[in-house]
Amino acid sequence: MSDHHHKETFVTKYIFSTDHKMISKQYLVTGIFMGIIGVMMSMLFRLQIAWPDHSFSVIEAFLGRHQDGGVMSPDIYLALVTIHGTIMVFFVLTAGLSGTFSNLLIPLQIGARDMASGFLNMVSYWLFFLSSVIMVISLFVEAGPASAGWTIYPPLSALPQAIPGSGLGMTLWLVSMAIFIASSLIGALNYIVTVLNLRTVGMKMTRLPLTIWAFFVTAIIGVVSFPVLLSAALLLIFDRSFGTSFFLSDIFIQGEVLHYQGGSPVLFEHLFWFLGHPEVYIVLLPALGITSEIISTNSRKPIFGYRAMIGSIIAIAFLSTIVWGHHMFVSGMNPFLGSVFTFTTLLIAIPSAVKAFNYITTLWKGNLQMNPAMLFSIGLVSTFISGGLTGLVLGDSALDINVHDTYFVVAHFHLVMGVSAIYGMFAGVYHWFPKMYGRMMNKTLGYWHFWITAVAAYGVFFPMHFIGLAGLPRRYYSNTAFPLFDDVADVNIVITLFAILGGAAQIIFLANFFISIYKGKKAEQNPWKSNTLEWTTPVEHIHGNWPGEIPHVERWAYDYSKPGYDEDFVPQNVPLKEGEEPS
Amino acid sequence: MTAILYILLAIVIGVAIWQIASIFNLKGVIATEKDNNTQGILFAVFGVFFYGLMIFSFWKYSVILLPDAASIEGESYDTLYLVTMLLILFVQAVTQFLLFFFAFKYRGINNRKALFYADSHKLEMIWTIIPAVVLSGIVLYGLSVWNNVMDASDAENPLIVEVYAKQFQWEARYAGEDNELGLANVRNIKGINTMGVDMTDKNAMDDVPVRELHLPKGRKVIFKFRSQDVLHSAYMPHFRAQMNCVPGMVTQFAFTPSMTTEEMRMNEETIAKVAGINKIRAEKGEDPYEFDYLLLCNKICGSSHYNMQMKIVVEEEAAFNTWLKSKQTMAQVVK
Repeated sequence: MSDHHHKETFVTKYIFSTDHKMISKQYLVTGIFMGIIGVMMSMLFRLQIAWPDHSFSVIEAFLGRHQDGGVMSPDIYLALVTIHGTIMVFFVLTAGLSGTFSNLLIPLQIGARDMASGFLNMVSYWLFFLSSVIMVISLFVEAGPASAGWTIYPPLSALPQAIPGSGLGMTLWLVSMAIFIASSLIGALNYIVTVLNLRTVGMKMTRLPLTIWAFFVTAIIGVVSFPVLLSAALLLIFDRSFGTSFFLSDIFIQGEVLHYQGGSPVLFEHLFWFLGHPEVYIVLLPALGITSEIISTNSRKPIFGYRAMIGSIIAIAFLSTIVWGHHMFVSGMNPFLGSVFTFTTLLIAIPSAVKAFNYITTLWKGNLQMNPAMLFSIGLVSTFISGGLTGLVLGDSALDINVHDTYFVVAHFHLVMGVSAIYGMFAGVYHWFPKMYGRMMNKTLGYWHFWITAVAAYGVFFPMHFIGLAGLPRRYYSNTAFPLFDDVADVNIVITLFAILGGAAQIIFLANFFISIYKGKKAEQNPWKSNTLEWTTPVEHIHGNWPGEIPHVERWAYDYSKPGYDEDFVPQNVPLKEGEEPS
Repeated sequence: MTAILYILLAIVIGVAIWQIASIFNLKGVIATEKDNNTQGILFAVFGVFFYGLMIFSFWKYSVILLPDAASIEGESYDTLYLVTMLLILFVQAVTQFLLFFFAFKYRGINNRKALFYADSHKLEMIWTIIPAVVLSGIVLYGLSVWNNVMDASDAENPLIVEVYAKQFQWEARYAGEDNELGLANVRNIKGINTMGVDMTDKNAMDDVPVRELHLPKGRKVIFKFRSQDVLHSAYMPHFRAQMNCVPGMVTQFAFTPSMTTEEMRMNEETIAKVAGINKIRAEKGEDPYEFDYLLLCNKICGSSHYNMQMKIVVEEEAAFNTWLKSKQTMAQVVK
């Protein structure tokens, strides 16, 4: 692996690179690009929700034949919410977040020259890229992209007669996701093997930074649950194209009885959510790991309850695989199963509460350095609590009955996994930008970015709970068909205005990000005075990460403000002083 | 074409920002003591905004919420909901306060060292055990409500109604005098027999197909749900009731209506909500709205998902019986 002298061409350095640092940048930029598409889509459908029947030239411009005089069609509305969900959950918050930071940080923080397999790592990225391309192409097919909701429940997703998006658009969606899953499995296996085998001397598992613990456990959940989604997708492809009846039975549509017999959509729901729920944590755990690191560094304090944090990560990961049924309380599943899933679901609140309290305690009596990454991390703790608490309503089968599939759910998961994970991702970008690009991002723009986003996020999602509690179902093209919901219209306008504000704030980030790549101030080696090993590498990237020997690890990652040291940080490679307790 | 213009515009703006960027001072990259101070204070301000937004939302939007539950089971739902919500709001208020307060209070000062405080088993036990105990209470309480709502086996003389979903319409079928629904399958759908009732089944003869749901007050109604094409969800928010309609299987939900439509229209919360709606409608020059119970579709089912509804009328048992008698049975409809 010490091949840092061989000659690199443009292609091997920037395109088919096997260097984890370059692959991480590729993931990030692809993720940001997909994020722009996903967020733009939400802007379009928010316009429709707030002002149904109103003509918008931007809708006319972008939706082509799927609109009429600047008003979008109901089908494309459903397609937009479907693809928005798919892109944000998988392409931005799974690949963009986990792919970026697992790749960047696992070798750097455990003290490895690269991933266990640089080649597979490259394959993983290019499969992700291919699946992104297919997903984007699916937006342009004649009948429109997949539009059965991101959960693609059959029969809606199986029958083009039921919705036009279930034709070629759905086929491309399934192909794209199958490739995506392959990418994510290869990536996850690589992360697991790397963490287990390539840790430097002294880097015991109990000295790993929490980022690595989070990425490691996330990869395990991915390996356990993604194949199940793949099998569901394959069976769905069989039902769609080869006439099998895994998920379909007794269907009469457009004047004729279809041949399907004996399958059940509920089976699909089980398979989907067996991934779908762990997926929430695949998205969230890396964000929590990133903020643990950033909050500790910027509080100049050890993370409170390091071992409890590891314990909660593992507990959350374990529980996440046995709670999927809470998405199905009213699916027709046996009510007894509902009781079981209520129990397991509410158990997750315990490790989550431990994490939240540990974050808050870490801040207590700290010396908080308010860098943009720190602001986003504190923001994450806030939205994680706000969104997590309403999980007590949704995870309780009895209470779920009346809020299931309403905007209450939309508000809940956007806060707890959407906004929280995206805050974690922003925090990570601000914090490790110097490591990725050798330059610093501008802090003033970072502050503006955070504060506008923070106000907008709560402005969007707090009032949204009330719409759900008023009984408004999600995925409604407009609520004008119900006079009952006339009083919800004003709230929707408020939400859309905040959404536009929040969307616009991301332009600040994009400007800051891309300009800083080329014009940012040159970074110092350890700008945040952090303990972890990545800051012992030179600013200029080299293949193999460290010019000489890989540093040995002598202590855990959180010796901030340790008594007996002049500086308020002690990097992991600094040997223990005499009489100092080993960690 | 316009799309290209929009994209060009975005590129132009991008280039402009790029150019302006070189004028900006990009040197400020790491938080100084002054930044810590400003941002810490901003967190305190944000905390105020946060609580303000919560209070404002509760004050301003409470009126749009669903009125009191219109079923006996719904009343226990509402109590459970209230208890859970109070707990949530309490925890929310305390933890968010601590978070924003600490962010403000401990904002960084040069030459101050943070407290080296890595662990406390006592504290961690506290915030493991307290949530565990509270959650056990919530789980037990929730499960008792859930079992009570979902178990309709002990109902005496329940009314059996089939609710039938298809893109994008609801139908219903009463079990008739024998109170037993006739068999049905989509393969029997023909002409006016839109629900595919098996006309060779003797239980089917007295079934009563309808397009508007009437329910008697005070009698348990057991709903049997079917769908002929894709997933739908029968959502009756005023009764705190919901169940998916799944092609190929029959699902079930039950509740006992406790307020007639007329009584609900006289309910204080309903009056306030309807007044709010009618104020908005008057501004738009639309006819005033009168409250009715509704069954809506709450599972994405296609283009007109947003307009798949059926009116529900709850009335006294006598009025209900008269109404049902006035309807034709399956035997009469399908000759």
